[in-house]
Amino acid sequence: MDLIIPDSGLIIWQAIIFLIVLLILRKFAWKPILGALSEREASIENALLAAENAKKEMANLKAENEKLLEQARLERDNILKGANEAAKQITEDAKTEASKISSKMIEDAKLVIDTEKKAALSEVKNQVALLTIEVTEKILRKNLSEDKAQQELVEGYVKDLKLN
Amino acid sequence: MRKLLAASLLLLSFISLNVSPVMAAEEEEGKTAFIMHHIKDAHDWHIVDIGDHAISIPLPIILITDGKLDVFSSGEFHHTDDGSVPVVRGENTYLKYHEKIYLADENGGLTMDADGHPTNAKPFNISITKNVASMLISVAIIFAVFFTVANRYKKNGVSAPKGVQSLIEPLVLFVRDEIAIPNIGKHHYKKFMPFLLTVFFFIFINNLLGLLPGAANLTGNIAITATLAVFTFIITTFSANKNYWKHIFAMPGVPKPLLLIMIPVEILGMFTKPVSLTIRLFANITAGHIIILSIIGLIFIFQSVAVGPVSVALGSAMTFLELLVAFIQAYVFTLLSSIYFGGAVEEAHDH
Repeated sequence: MDLIIPDSGLIIWQAIIFLIVLLILRKFAWKPILGALSEREASIENALLAAENAKKEMANLKAENEKLLEQARLERDNILKGANEAAKQITEDAKTEASKISSKMIEDAKLVIDTEKKAALSEVKNQVALLTIEVTEKILRKNLSEDKAQQELVEGYVKDLKLN
Repeated sequence: MRKLLAASLLLLSFISLNVSPVMAAEEEEGKTAFIMHHIKDAHDWHIVDIGDHAISIPLPIILITDGKLDVFSSGEFHHTDDGSVPVVRGENTYLKYHEKIYLADENGGLTMDADGHPTNAKPFNISITKNVASMLISVAIIFAVFFTVANRYKKNGVSAPKGVQSLIEPLVLFVRDEIAIPNIGKHHYKKFMPFLLTVFFFIFINNLLGLLPGAANLTGNIAITATLAVFTFIITTFSANKNYWKHIFAMPGVPKPLLLIMIPVEILGMFTKPVSLTIRLFANITAGHIIILSIIGLIFIFQSVAVGPVSVALGSAMTFLELLVAFIQAYVFTLLSSIYFGGAVEEAHDH
């Protein structure tokens, strides 16, 4: 029976000692331990959150970089395309210009040649007329006493020739 | 593993050494008397008997008789427990009989009733018994461990735990995250944490100490468990909110006539909770000790060396089981306390 009858002395000691232990541990052990634990948990959570944020930021940065790179690439392509076109245009223009100039030169040359030719021909005609006259004169001197009528006759012929 | 085995063998041999002379001496009282001897509190810390000579640590005996304080060493009873050696202090003569101190009658002896129990008056006894001494040792251990740990947290709380800290931290977190928060709730658990942690480690460490050879059976003593349960009861009652009292005196949703039955039942329930806490811890720890001692006692009952190996094997197995029980009972006491606290601070909700 003694076993299940609580002893009053023991109860008193237990109550006093337990209360003292409780109060002392509360102040000097549980407070710092629980405080440090929750502080550590908070810091771990913060660190995890920060890491997550950094990861997101990194991803954002990367996406932005990619976008910038893509833009740069597009711009480069545009510039290259423009340059190519411009170059093509320039060559084309140069070609047209050159062909224009050359054709003009040819035209001019043709005109000059024509003029020269005409001049030369008229010269030749005159010369031929003179020669013919001279020759005819020489021939006719013997036959014709009056060369004035002769010359008129020849000139009339030459004029007809020129019309051709 | 081998070390553990060796340790448990040592433990068993210690207990058997302890047991044999008591057995021989109290043969008439039955072969189980020695077990009760080991379960119960004592006024001196008995370590071993060598032949007829008992070796024990005398403890201070503190008595109050009629407002007068008497303090002397338990050694003055010369290891007797049958009231044969009186200790005289002034007008008072004290006798120790079955680990109880009595005042001697006019003849200087004990007067027995029909059942063989002394009818003498008893002084108010607040001696440092084996249990109190054991408790003081456990408190010293608790302080040493937790001040060391707390210091480390104060210096470097955020860094990873080291040494004793890494042994204690999971237990502290266990009490907080598995016991307090789920049962009390996130809003209220903080104010109960010091009590829950103290009660958990007090029971756990004393359960373990109780398994050591020659140690006191502190957590298997009903005075200790009752006091702890009363603490739980007081904290529950004083932290109870309106909702808690409403559930006792005016259970919502219950018809008025039924309340006549419900109120007494609920009030009874308030008190059965600490009683169940008291008996659960006391009975579990005491039963474990009794089983281990009984297994060893088999050797003496059969009076054969051949039983030795069997007893050692069974005793070792039981001791391992008791290590588990040491933890489980600390856990259960803390868990139930936190459930009671949780009920006391629970906010009203729709039924």
